[in-house]
Amino acid sequence: MTQPTATGRREVALDEPLRPESSLPGVTGARRRRGAGGRGAYFLRRLGSYLIVIWAAVTLNFFIPRFMPGDPAEAILRKIRQTTGEPPSASQIASVRRMYGNPTENILHQYVDYWVGVAKFDFGVSTAHYPTPVSEIVLQALPWTLFLIGVSTVVAWIIGTILGAVMGWKPGNRFDSWFAPLSTFFHAFPGFWIALVLLWIFSITLEWFPVSGGYDTSVPMSLNNFYFLLSVVYYGALPMFALIFIGFNGWLFSMRNVMVATVTEDYVLMARAKGLPEKKVLFSYAARNALLPNVTGLAMAIGGVIGGAVLIEAVFTYPGMGYLLQTSITGHDFPVMQTVLLLLTFTAIVANFIADSIYVLLDPRAADTN
Amino acid sequence: MTRRDVGDVLLEVQDLSVDYLTLNGAVSAVSHASFTLRRGEILGLAGESGSGKSTLTTALLRLQRSPAVTVGGKVLYHGDDGTVTDLVPRTDKELLHLRWNKLAIVMQSAMDALNPVKRLGAQFVDVLRQHDPRMSEKAALERAGDLLALSGIPRDRVDSFPHEMSGGMRQRSLISLALACDPDLVVMDEPTTAVDVVMQRTIMSQVLRLQRELGFAIVFVTHDLSLLLELSDRLAIMYAGKVVEIGPSTELYHHPKHPYTKALRDSFPPLYAPLVEMRGIPGTAPDLMNLPDGCAFAPRCARAMDLCLTKRPELVQVSEKVDAACHLNDPQKEPVGAGPSDARSENGHAA
Repeated sequence: MTQPTATGRREVALDEPLRPESSLPGVTGARRRRGAGGRGAYFLRRLGSYLIVIWAAVTLNFFIPRFMPGDPAEAILRKIRQTTGEPPSASQIASVRRMYGNPTENILHQYVDYWVGVAKFDFGVSTAHYPTPVSEIVLQALPWTLFLIGVSTVVAWIIGTILGAVMGWKPGNRFDSWFAPLSTFFHAFPGFWIALVLLWIFSITLEWFPVSGGYDTSVPMSLNNFYFLLSVVYYGALPMFALIFIGFNGWLFSMRNVMVATVTEDYVLMARAKGLPEKKVLFSYAARNALLPNVTGLAMAIGGVIGGAVLIEAVFTYPGMGYLLQTSITGHDFPVMQTVLLLLTFTAIVANFIADSIYVLLDPRAADTN
Repeated sequence: MTRRDVGDVLLEVQDLSVDYLTLNGAVSAVSHASFTLRRGEILGLAGESGSGKSTLTTALLRLQRSPAVTVGGKVLYHGDDGTVTDLVPRTDKELLHLRWNKLAIVMQSAMDALNPVKRLGAQFVDVLRQHDPRMSEKAALERAGDLLALSGIPRDRVDSFPHEMSGGMRQRSLISLALACDPDLVVMDEPTTAVDVVMQRTIMSQVLRLQRELGFAIVFVTHDLSLLLELSDRLAIMYAGKVVEIGPSTELYHHPKHPYTKALRDSFPPLYAPLVEMRGIPGTAPDLMNLPDGCAFAPRCARAMDLCLTKRPELVQVSEKVDAACHLNDPQKEPVGAGPSDARSENGHAA
């Protein structure tokens, strides 16, 4: 028997043979494999739920005009008659009826027909620009919005996240205590108001930037034309700046606040104890974890970002979906209006899916929660 | 004789004081702590919650975070080349090469000490390559596997994320991680509180084995006095931010020179003895904002005298190897260990 004194501590039965975890190779191996497949399964599940959202959006788009009082299709056909001065052709009537309802036809049959139209990207014809197909008008506007919103959202998010990380790293220092209230101040302004002020200062008073448009109309419109691309950047600069300026404050704030909590986490202290340089501790330990809620925030905010861009486009007369929506509303161009709304929904869903998928790549824990 | 011999002085802590700055003024969490740690030695640090154990260890490694501030004292690190560095005035940048290379830590919360979004291997690789930039990614990963194997974790766990491992495994991987750069000192801040007693035992036996093989010194913090007695060469007892007694574990156990040490001992069951009646310590830990003028333990001390209420005792040498801060050890007083209530050293423990 071992001598039970404190001096005999090294001989005390504490030294027992190792009980290696590897005695369970099957268990750990199986878990590893499931972990690898977890991400793929996760993507499929998410994809499934997004498909349901798309189905719901299209279905709502189908039912809303049909549940409206009166017969919207009839109203549209009347409008076409007014603009053109002659009765619409049989194929046009069929197309309008398909999109906006036909009280004489079976609703299920109409529903299937409607989906066929959506699949073929056939949304009928514009009433304001008769007889241009809606799809043509909308497809012209879509790239502008994707460019404007895509670039400004990503840039605003990156600027906000980086600045927020640096501010939250040492909360209360001079940079933080000046910038935080200033940022709240600007965050409180409505976006379109900031856009109007920018427009007034830089385009109207100083005349540094064009007042409206998305490109220089005197230059041939082609993606291969350098001068055209240059004009796109020049015309887009101010609306882009407005969107970034409005957008980054929010990201900055959420990032800063999460960061303040994250820097007190043990793994950050541990990274410091490891003797890693400050920059590495800040970005690959603290900020790397703190940005996860910001990615979720991005996924959730994308719908709002698109909505906000609609107003900005209206202010800058930018030839995107927002401007198109505005003109279609004032011109009572129902086919265009409906299609724009449907496409904006699509865009939001797709962007959401992308942000959501990025989250799984950033946080291995998310894929394992099944 | 090289400087790395076991028994050489490794760390000299002199008058180290740490305050927490609050809106109501500074709270002294550690005041005038002094002790010496030798190479290869295991120093146990015990005390109630809030006695300043963790504050002291983070201050030792210069890891304390605002609002904790080191307000005085020295932490002298004796390097292998004979140089002596005071860690207190050093900036974070100047400490980078000492961190992990020489001074490592195993933190209290295994659950939170690993970066949740990085694979375990990557968390070894970054520190290995930081301190040895010539090491290739592949070699570092290989070494990570070796280190994990040291504490009985399968090598292929380098590919795991922390959330894929059990608590005990995470705790042991932290110990492996602490040994990555062959440090001189590993601070262990309650490394086994988060795991059950069986895992606690496995972990402790591995720590002892590794310590014997690799020869690093350990500062071991816990409130579990019986564990410390098993483990440590010397013990330091903290109360209200002060080291009240320090000396060889056996000495402190059998002949405590401070009533608090004795009270703490009597509140734990002995490991290798029939269970005797245990006694709690009456009262509660003092409010650090509002410490009494005299001895901080006096209000809870059964043997407090008038002097204890007015004069704060200093930590002085009371026997060959023991320092204690208690007026009972003043030359004209009888020693603390005497008296009828101190029966354990005679019966219980020798059984």
